[in-house]
Amino acid sequence: MIMTINETQDEIIEEFELFDDWADKYEYIIDLGKKLEGMPEEQKTEDNIIKGCQSRVWLNARKENEKLVFEADSEAIIVKGLVHMLIRVLSGHTPQEIYDADLYFIDKIGMSQHLAQTRSNGLASMVKQMKIYALAYQ
Amino acid sequence: METITDILNIQEIRADFPILDQEINGKKLVYFDNAATTQKPTPVINAIAHYYNFDNANIHRGIHTLAERATRDFEASRTAIRDFLGASSTEEIIFTSGTTQGINLVASTYGRKFINAGDEIIISGMEHHSNIVPWQMLCEEKGIVLKVIPVSDEGELDLEAFEKLLSEKVKLVSFNHVSNSLGTINPVKTIVDLAHKFGAKVLVDGAQATSHINIDVQALDVDFYVFSAHKLYGPTGMGVLYGKKDILNAMPPYMGGGEMIKEVTFEKTTYNELPYKFEAGTPNIADVVALKTALEYTDKLGRENIAAHENMLLNYATDQLREIEGLRIIGNAKNKISVLSFVIDGIHHQDIGVLLDNQGIAVRTGHHCTQPLMQRFNILGTSRASFAVYNTTEEIDRLVAGLHKTIKMLK
Ligand SMILES: Cc1ncc(COP(=O)(O)O)c(C=O)c1O
Repeated sequence: MIMTINETQDEIIEEFELFDDWADKYEYIIDLGKKLEGMPEEQKTEDNIIKGCQSRVWLNARKENEKLVFEADSEAIIVKGLVHMLIRVLSGHTPQEIYDADLYFIDKIGMSQHLAQTRSNGLASMVKQMKIYALAYQ
Repeated sequence: METITDILNIQEIRADFPILDQEINGKKLVYFDNAATTQKPTPVINAIAHYYNFDNANIHRGIHTLAERATRDFEASRTAIRDFLGASSTEEIIFTSGTTQGINLVASTYGRKFINAGDEIIISGMEHHSNIVPWQMLCEEKGIVLKVIPVSDEGELDLEAFEKLLSEKVKLVSFNHVSNSLGTINPVKTIVDLAHKFGAKVLVDGAQATSHINIDVQALDVDFYVFSAHKLYGPTGMGVLYGKKDILNAMPPYMGGGEMIKEVTFEKTTYNELPYKFEAGTPNIADVVALKTALEYTDKLGRENIAAHENMLLNYATDQLREIEGLRIIGNAKNKISVLSFVIDGIHHQDIGVLLDNQGIAVRTGHHCTQPLMQRFNILGTSRASFAVYNTTEEIDRLVAGLHKTIKMLK
């Protein structure tokens, strides 16, 4: 039984409650970045690049049995860790569920500063692009 | 570590910059993004407030006392800038919104009128986008050819290659006095003399130079010199274009509107004298006035003293950063201002920026608006620490410790 989007968010929030300083948090995100499989070179095309990030971030989506599956990669490891969390939360759900998702975990784990439009790591752009994919595949 | 003793009392100077006294992410702020913009001292902030509290009125043409006062202060700033640049006349000092506008003004007026199809413009390989794109736009419009002075591995301009680019076809050479990405101080006078031999005019982008180097536009014999107040402890969105008087006189106006006219009828308009011909519309009066205060502030500290302090910081930081394994400094010119750009093997600059910010340290990461230069060095971008008069060796120690921690976390 796969978890709902909110169940995964709550799970991540719980994991982050263990950390009491910024370095632990970021080490965990860096670790997630290292663990994200990434994308094969030939899929890192201009079309898949997310605009608005200081580093290049590639995002791809495909539909499998009515569910959307995301793949992503980035040159920067923290961004890769952040996108890994987004994939963990959203990947494997229906386009409608993804489109409707309220991603409250970002704020709860103290990463909301990365959502600001001015932040060049573009977490906001990633979320937006995932929602655009969801809309396109509906 | 032995350093030259400072004539300046840095702690006293820091007290003039209230913004420095704050915590970022729970740590005392270390502000090393001075090449992007310097912080503003209290006298400059007060000058802006004073202008609006006591003197605000639209300048020129006004008969009443406030208009008189605002005009006097506005023009006093022009005189101060004339002296600061060593220009021969206040007519040569045009207020702009900054370096970018100064370059665009020259491209749109001098460029459109005097540079034609088949002519050539030379820029350098270490230019900020604002000294590339306006020329590309002009070249595209008029069929002009753009040529580029190559940059060496050390980050210096290849003057031999420059000489080979020169010919009678070259009408303008435009390059920066100091590179914002590398810190390189370019040999302005040498380049000007070479260009003038072929009758080319020279524009120098002084955005990164004015807070570190004494400028004498007459001694350098530049035809145009542009800079922004905000990199010189002054306000944002305000800058200066210096141009030689005979050239400015020959140029058509840039924007049409109030202030720049002598007489308007529907049949014909005659233009105002210099410098007003290029200052259409109500200018940024408060910030012009405050730039004078910024110049007085740096004069009071002594521009040589500021340079000596920054140079000490640059050497101190360079020595320490060289010790960090896998770190490579980009820009090793013999003549440098206090800009330190670097890359670390296997680490993306964005990760460095995020983790330093979490330690309260502000550096700039990315291409610094010099993408062609990044391509020249085959890198995506750098992390850049740039120092100003209020920075200290203790802060550099924080950066070094911060980098060690950053690398440890990422490896
Ligand atoms: C070398 C150089 N030229 C031009 C500029 C543009 O200055 P402004 O944005 O104030 O017009 C900058 C500032 O980033 C610079 O460093």
